[in-house]
Amino acid sequence: MSEARPLDASDVTKVASLARLSLSDAEVERFTGQLARILESAAEIAELDLGDVSPTAHPLALANVLREDDVRASLDRDEVLSQAPSVNDRRFSVPKIVGEAP
Amino acid sequence: MSVFDLAQQVRTKQRRAIDVANDTLAAIDARDNEINAFLHLDAETIRSQAERIDATVDAGGDPGRLAGVPVAIKDNLCQRGVPTTCASKILEGWKPPYDATVITKLTQAGAILVGKTNLDEFAMGSSTENSAFGATKNPIDPSRVPGGSSGGSAAAVGADYLPLSLGSDTGGSIRQPAAFCGVVGLKPTYGTVSRYGLIAFASSLDQVGPFARSVDDAGILFEVIAGHDPMDSTSLNAPAPDVMTTINDGVAGLRVGIVPELIDGTSDEVRDRVVAAQEALVAQGATLVELSAPELRLGLAAYYLIAPAEASSNLARYDGVRYGNRVDAPDVAAMMTATRTAGFGDEVKRRIMLGTYALSAGYYDAYYGQAQKVRTLIIETFARLYAQCDVLLGATTPTTAFEFGAKTADPMAMYYSDIFTIPSNLAGHPAMSVPFGVDGDGLPIGVQLLGPALSEPTLFRAAKILESEAGR
Amino acid sequence: MSALPDGWTMVVGLEVHTELRTDTKLFCGCANNFGDEPNTNICPVCLGLPGALPVLNQRAVEYAIRIGLALNCVVQNSSFHRKNYFYPDMPKDFQISQYDVPINGPGYLDLPDGVRVGIERAHLEEDTGKTTHLGGTGRIHGSDESLVDYNRSGVPLVEIVSCPDIRSAAQARAYAAELRSILIASGASDGRMEEGSMRVDANVSVRRGDDQPFGTRCEIKNLNSLRSVQRAVEYEALRQIALLEDGGTVTQETRHWDEDAGKTHTLRTKEEAYDYRYFPEPDLVPVEPTSEFIDTVRSELGPMPAERRATLVSLLGEPTDAQLDQLLSVVEQGLDSFVVAAVAAGVNAPLALTRTSNELAASGDVVATVDAQAVAATLLMEQAGELSATQSKAVLQEVIVNGGGDPKAIAKAKGFEQMADGALDTILDEVIAAHPDEWSRFCDGDDKLQGFFTGKIMAATKGQADGKAVAAGLRTRRSA
Ligand SMILES: [Zn+2]
Repeated sequence: MSEARPLDASDVTKVASLARLSLSDAEVERFTGQLARILESAAEIAELDLGDVSPTAHPLALANVLREDDVRASLDRDEVLSQAPSVNDRRFSVPKIVGEAP
Repeated sequence: MSVFDLAQQVRTKQRRAIDVANDTLAAIDARDNEINAFLHLDAETIRSQAERIDATVDAGGDPGRLAGVPVAIKDNLCQRGVPTTCASKILEGWKPPYDATVITKLTQAGAILVGKTNLDEFAMGSSTENSAFGATKNPIDPSRVPGGSSGGSAAAVGADYLPLSLGSDTGGSIRQPAAFCGVVGLKPTYGTVSRYGLIAFASSLDQVGPFARSVDDAGILFEVIAGHDPMDSTSLNAPAPDVMTTINDGVAGLRVGIVPELIDGTSDEVRDRVVAAQEALVAQGATLVELSAPELRLGLAAYYLIAPAEASSNLARYDGVRYGNRVDAPDVAAMMTATRTAGFGDEVKRRIMLGTYALSAGYYDAYYGQAQKVRTLIIETFARLYAQCDVLLGATTPTTAFEFGAKTADPMAMYYSDIFTIPSNLAGHPAMSVPFGVDGDGLPIGVQLLGPALSEPTLFRAAKILESEAGR
Repeated sequence: MSALPDGWTMVVGLEVHTELRTDTKLFCGCANNFGDEPNTNICPVCLGLPGALPVLNQRAVEYAIRIGLALNCVVQNSSFHRKNYFYPDMPKDFQISQYDVPINGPGYLDLPDGVRVGIERAHLEEDTGKTTHLGGTGRIHGSDESLVDYNRSGVPLVEIVSCPDIRSAAQARAYAAELRSILIASGASDGRMEEGSMRVDANVSVRRGDDQPFGTRCEIKNLNSLRSVQRAVEYEALRQIALLEDGGTVTQETRHWDEDAGKTHTLRTKEEAYDYRYFPEPDLVPVEPTSEFIDTVRSELGPMPAERRATLVSLLGEPTDAQLDQLLSVVEQGLDSFVVAAVAAGVNAPLALTRTSNELAASGDVVATVDAQAVAATLLMEQAGELSATQSKAVLQEVIVNGGGDPKAIAKAKGFEQMADGALDTILDEVIAAHPDEWSRFCDGDDKLQGFFTGKIMAATKGQADGKAVAAGLRTRRSA
């Protein structure tokens, strides 16, 4: 079921970009080696035949944890905005956005 | 002095909370420049809390079960208005506008919240060497690590600054440093202690728990912080487990399971102490059951896919928009990238990338999907074991505290420190590390008690016996 | 219906996001209010602060199930996933959504003309914050700085995904309109497209002939009105056909509808598509509604638009095409209860329908609070000839503005006394006598002068005259 080919530098560059991290060439090389080693040990489970085992996402067998639709106090805007890197006109300010939201 | 006695004295004015606070500050002053257990500590805030507690006593009130007891807080728990960093540059200077539920519970119990303790950045590590603000040293031997990730909280109790601290345990981050620093550490059943306000590393594995000098003290702190929280959807809807009522009931008739997978691979000295612990329990009336559970060995690999996968998502929010630090750049994507690249250390980046990879298109089934199935296997394995025994006894860690730098070059070697502790996190079960002697260098050795969900009362009973027999 | 070149057909599926009318957000107790001061409805949860955890709003679940039942969906056990991507309007840099097991599985929606459109799913998810772009044109392009307000962050949404069953732009519009009526009727949503509480994306592809496989599809974003749904789908289908007829190929991509230019343009191609890395949301537990709960929700659900249209049709007997159009829009706007109440009070159905679809429909949001009995009483007066049509409309305006009232008192206050018998005859004769030239030309067959005389008579009676009586009076005198 697995096609766990060894991880290479292009994979590392790709996941770094997906995760909004930028890596120097030296870092790409170092991380590629380290991540490849970790994934090698993960290969032992990637190769197991677990076709009839159901996945566990969570240790608890809880369901239907719900709250009433009652309004609670929100945070104080000034306190929240005081922690923001950049604020303009009561809002969080960010530099130019390139590209629309998905 | 026990926490129970200390609180009793404060409550009856035999001892004033302000004196406790000043003594605690003096102990920290004397040694923490060297140990570096605390990232943030404010003497004035500590004293004013103590004064309020004394005032309550003077007014005839009861400050609570932890009246005047100083407690240190791992710096991944949010405390309103108090710097909370997760030992990461990306959160340096951030002051949460809210309290974690455990912080509220401690305050309501009359505890003195002493300060925020050091950790591996975002709780990712086993030595506290991954802190962006310098490593914590092991108070028993400062040339060695205190363990991690809750190294600061373990060291603060191990250095005897104070009797109690809070840590969090995702794959062993309470039990491993507890073992290294010679203190008691409990990872409670998943869902017994609220995670609201605990800065997430891996949400399906994280659990807050106590460090303490003694098993009794750990029990009291556990009871104070446990209980249902409507702010945490994964909080068990059940009363807080009562461990203190039965803590002295002994282990007569207790079936103690022994599996090689929780012992093999340790140093000889660690193994000898685990065997001595088995004998101590048997001497008090427990019986041993020899079992085997090879599936537990798969836990490490599953953990290092599941935890990074969840972490890669949990840590996405540190993007320089709403809080924390920002590195400017001409557009928002570049700003986020620059912020995260400068703000996270190597181990955090490693796990974010590993988790991103494990979840990405084409690899999900082979990695994350398989790891989830292994998680099922481990839960089933424990169920099989606990059909034949009440608790499991093994080692907490393969070795005693190692020296600084010993494992930093090889992530896998570091990860291996958690081999015995990880399975309980995957299953959501409680487990506890209890000091049980020292090695030839005088370094503490911890033994680990594991049990099924909500078996804390049983674990504490056994732990109490081990504590009393540790000198054997 | 479709203006596509011969031999071509289009295949359209719509994805509709609708905000739910809960008091609070999906995962926290912050108020779900449109238009509040920026960043006042925010808390650790909807701001994605470190350590905060989501707790699901029970009413949001109930509303999602209402929508599912109204769309004949299978309501099932479901769970939440995280959809991971970085964007500044999303505080956690992931969206909590439903993935492989949505709360509502397959269902369908019947259009007023009887065409059935399949529903693939209708799932719960959280909304994002709202971004304002400074500088440039106020749009995202050419802006140097953007400002984020997280009041909308975490507002509950249901995303309704149709099957690719739609075959024309008009049908896409009809689907969106009918869905909007159903959402409003279910009480789960206000359906306000202009406030962004209902948003439509369209997947459009074309093919030659109905038996051909589907072509490559494009997703069109930013359809903010029913009109833009129809225009954008039409434009996009024609664009793809032109491309293919020129020997080109359609590239799978996401396109943006520019309402002003009447065009779509590329947002991103498939190569730039995101890798969302969906995985189970570990901070939430599954939602498993009991069959009792689902039955309760079902029993509380009022009649849906199709049933309500049928009611109006039965009241009208054999409605004309114009009346069918009127009743469609009356039901779409949720005003059919006025017609039903008026008819029950004794008003004839055509009059009730006409006044509702004109006067009531034009009055905007306030209509929701208007007393239907006051409306019915007004129409009864008109029907009995106590008010002229013009007077009746004026009284209705008062009733609408005040939310009700006694139409008799309003009519009196306005001086709308019923004209005494013979009074109209007198005025008719006076007006004719005052304009002999016009009258003789009118009698010679110049019908345009009908309006001239009607106007004069209306002016002389201060609008109190009944238009039909005036016409009848003129007709009698002309042929005399
Ligand atoms: Zn909120």
